[in-house]
Amino acid sequence: MSREISAPVMSRETMLSTIKSALGTPREATAIPRNYRLETNQQNLTALLEERISDYRARVHITNDIQKTIEEILERLQIAKIAVPHDLPETWLPNSVEKIIDHPNLEPRELENAQAVITGSKLAIAETGTIVLDHSAHQGRRALTLIPDIHICVVFERDIVDNLPSAISRLYSSVAAGQPITFISGPSATSDIELSRVEGVHGPRVLEVVLVKLEPDL
Amino acid sequence: MKISLFITCLNDTLYPKTGIATVALLERLGCQISFPLEQTCCGQMHLNSGYQAETLELVRRFIEVFETEDAEYIVSPSGSCVAMVREYFTKVCEWAKDTALETRAKKLSERTLELSEFIVGILKLEDVGAYYPHRVTYHSSCHGLRTLALGNAPYTLLKNVRGLELMPLENAESCCGFGGTFAIKNPETSTAMLSDKMRCILNTKANTCTGGDNSCLMQINGGLSRMNTGVRTVHLAEILTQTEGGA
Amino acid sequence: MPFINPTTYQKAAKIALENPQLRRNLGKATTAIREKRLKVVAELPDWQALRDAGAAIKENAMQRLPELLLQLEQSVQKAGGKVHWATDALEANNIVSRIVKAHQAKEVIKIKSITTDEIGLNDALKGSGITAIETDLAELIVQLAHDHPSHILVPAIHKNRAEIRELFLKSFNIKPEDLSDEPRALAEVARRYLRQKFLTVPVAISGANFAIAETGTVGVVESEGNGRMCLTLPKVLISIMGIEKVLPELRDLEVMLQLLPRSSTAERMNPYTSLWTGVHMGDGPKEFHLVLLDNGRTKVLADEVGRQALHCIRCSACLNVCPVYERAGGHAYGSVYPGPIGAILTPQLIGFETDHAQSLPFASSLCGACYEVCPVKINIPEILVYLRGQVVEQKSGFFNLEGTALKSMAWVFMDVKRYELAQKAARVGQLPLAKNNKISSLPGLLAGWTNSRDLPSVPKQAFRDWWRENKGKS
Repeated sequence: MSREISAPVMSRETMLSTIKSALGTPREATAIPRNYRLETNQQNLTALLEERISDYRARVHITNDIQKTIEEILERLQIAKIAVPHDLPETWLPNSVEKIIDHPNLEPRELENAQAVITGSKLAIAETGTIVLDHSAHQGRRALTLIPDIHICVVFERDIVDNLPSAISRLYSSVAAGQPITFISGPSATSDIELSRVEGVHGPRVLEVVLVKLEPDL
Repeated sequence: MKISLFITCLNDTLYPKTGIATVALLERLGCQISFPLEQTCCGQMHLNSGYQAETLELVRRFIEVFETEDAEYIVSPSGSCVAMVREYFTKVCEWAKDTALETRAKKLSERTLELSEFIVGILKLEDVGAYYPHRVTYHSSCHGLRTLALGNAPYTLLKNVRGLELMPLENAESCCGFGGTFAIKNPETSTAMLSDKMRCILNTKANTCTGGDNSCLMQINGGLSRMNTGVRTVHLAEILTQTEGGA
Repeated sequence: MPFINPTTYQKAAKIALENPQLRRNLGKATTAIREKRLKVVAELPDWQALRDAGAAIKENAMQRLPELLLQLEQSVQKAGGKVHWATDALEANNIVSRIVKAHQAKEVIKIKSITTDEIGLNDALKGSGITAIETDLAELIVQLAHDHPSHILVPAIHKNRAEIRELFLKSFNIKPEDLSDEPRALAEVARRYLRQKFLTVPVAISGANFAIAETGTVGVVESEGNGRMCLTLPKVLISIMGIEKVLPELRDLEVMLQLLPRSSTAERMNPYTSLWTGVHMGDGPKEFHLVLLDNGRTKVLADEVGRQALHCIRCSACLNVCPVYERAGGHAYGSVYPGPIGAILTPQLIGFETDHAQSLPFASSLCGACYEVCPVKINIPEILVYLRGQVVEQKSGFFNLEGTALKSMAWVFMDVKRYELAQKAARVGQLPLAKNNKISSLPGLLAGWTNSRDLPSVPKQAFRDWWRENKGKS
């Protein structure tokens, strides 16, 4: 049974009118009760974040010396070549490592040559052990934190919030500016085999978090 | 305390012993019981089978029979039937857009209680002076558990029965598979659910399985009896009514 | 909707129940996830408040659907994306094919989307000479096995690791000694196979967990990273979204992102959630298309009671607690939407004309476990009961034994004298059937009971007879 495809405008009008008649006489929309916790009284957010991220089998290093910590991680994991966003502070990196500096025209394939990627972050959510990137300062585009198998992510203590409502309110301006947002809660995983969360598949299978206690010296 | 007994068509016809036990028990606990003979059925089966028009008439009739009863509460030894009155009477009226009946239904539902929630919640009694020297396990019927939120009431009553060894039932909150006409329309799935329930019951090594709903117990006993397990089912009322030296 | 198994639930379940491996796989998986869910939900003291908010947000969104869809369209367009409206599956498939062909692509990569399964997208694309490559591990398994999804979150739940290993050995020509059944090893196979596809295929197709009207932001919630791959590496991204997925404001995510992960994979948060707004220069696809899909959703919306089903956020918590689903599995529902939500959504989407659709609202013992766990408080038992009324209405023009029986019973119940007469008749009527106080065999419709269970015989005296005898007038 063949059919003419309706012109796009017709479908739009048809759908809107069908929806309106389905709803019948307009009534006042349900009020939304927001009696959930907008913020918590959680005291030690740093400790909670460390605990929750570790639960996902990611490693957390609490430090006040970014460069030293990153150097240790690179050595332990035997990483010689890293990818970085173009605006990553020089002071974060040891001199010895080979860098691929990301730019919008860099082919994703090139990023495969990097063993690890190092970025900053926008904020972190302690309750759920989540790091959030808005892909602005020090974070690079989305492909950068996706293709290399190891992601080393710098999180500043001052950017840790307690729960999701706190996080979403802080992300509003990024979203309004059109930034994409990526929530990362542990390394890549799958629950598809017998419903148990196991080893990762496509995203970085190793996540190392550098949790910084001091104000950065930019 | 004056109460009116809502026996349920299932108990009236197939499990009169449960009704007799309920009467004896509540009288012993100081209640004055009336039984409106006009009552027949609350309409649960028809509702669950999709016969809404018939259900509405049965609901109307039920309300007429019970709303004029000179009683503080209407009590029933059946969680599912009380759930029908409390949860679905108003819905049935709402779907039929019968607002007058809906109001009457709401009023009636507010004083309709299941047996264990009446004893514990209204009479404020946890020990009814019962004696039942057997190993017993309790199946938590879905309507009582989720719709009526009976909570610990039945367990509390059972724990205080002298001589009774209460065995915890694994997956007590899992459905036994009765579900009214579900048991007949989907007998294979119903039986699969029953087989798991029976396995948990047999694992407790109890010789008796009790509960607040004879519909569930009919399903459970249906399997226990067919498989000659030697385990029987007894309604909670029939345990609570037993005293040392005679029922 | 493709994969409509024309059999009734009862017939399909009967066959599924006889599969011991399936029973074991389902029992193991659902028991484990149930326990995990209880733990993570218990961590949140405001879980009930979140559910209340979630239910209200969804209700509010449905009530304002025309306004919100227009706002969404405007926001997406402002951010450089294109919006298409598809009244049904055919239209949606045509829109997608047209876009893919315009880019001369022969292959597309896909993120798991049950919505695309609902419209039969892969087959439609095949018809246009385009191969859709599933990148989600479970959907890949289903695709390789020429099978159908049986769960909305983990479509291959009906397969255990040994069965998946067998499948991979065959599909990828791997020697048995080179592959164990460890999940890590199985995942590695998928990673290697798909890596090249991610880096080269120019068009990706996704669904959407939600779309925010206020900002034009679309969100995908996932675990493996294949979502992020598909959403960022290709040149063109097409997202197909049921119209019911729209949310009013960005802040509504603070509720949904708490409800969804804890209800679905029973985690505090799933590994990756991606939010994007239109097209972003220098990062991600250069072209973004959002396809708004009806395909029967407006039918559901038109029913004041049934429309709650549209609130579903596809967490699958109801499937995981359902004792019926746990035993017969998802295929028995004959639809890409199985389990409790499937039982109320499928017949409303496709209509009540077929035996199959009519059987779905009855595929439940009404235990209520689903309602207890639904993060947006859909009263599934209520809708099941309500839809049973629709089924009976659908059948009312025709003679049927059940209808006659139930109408007679209602007539009996409407008069106490008729009722008491019927009780007496049952006492007499059972005489040939009752032995030793039980009935082990019943004819006709009731044989379903006695095939596996006994029934008590009808006692000589009904309760009311005892009352009359012992308590006099009431």
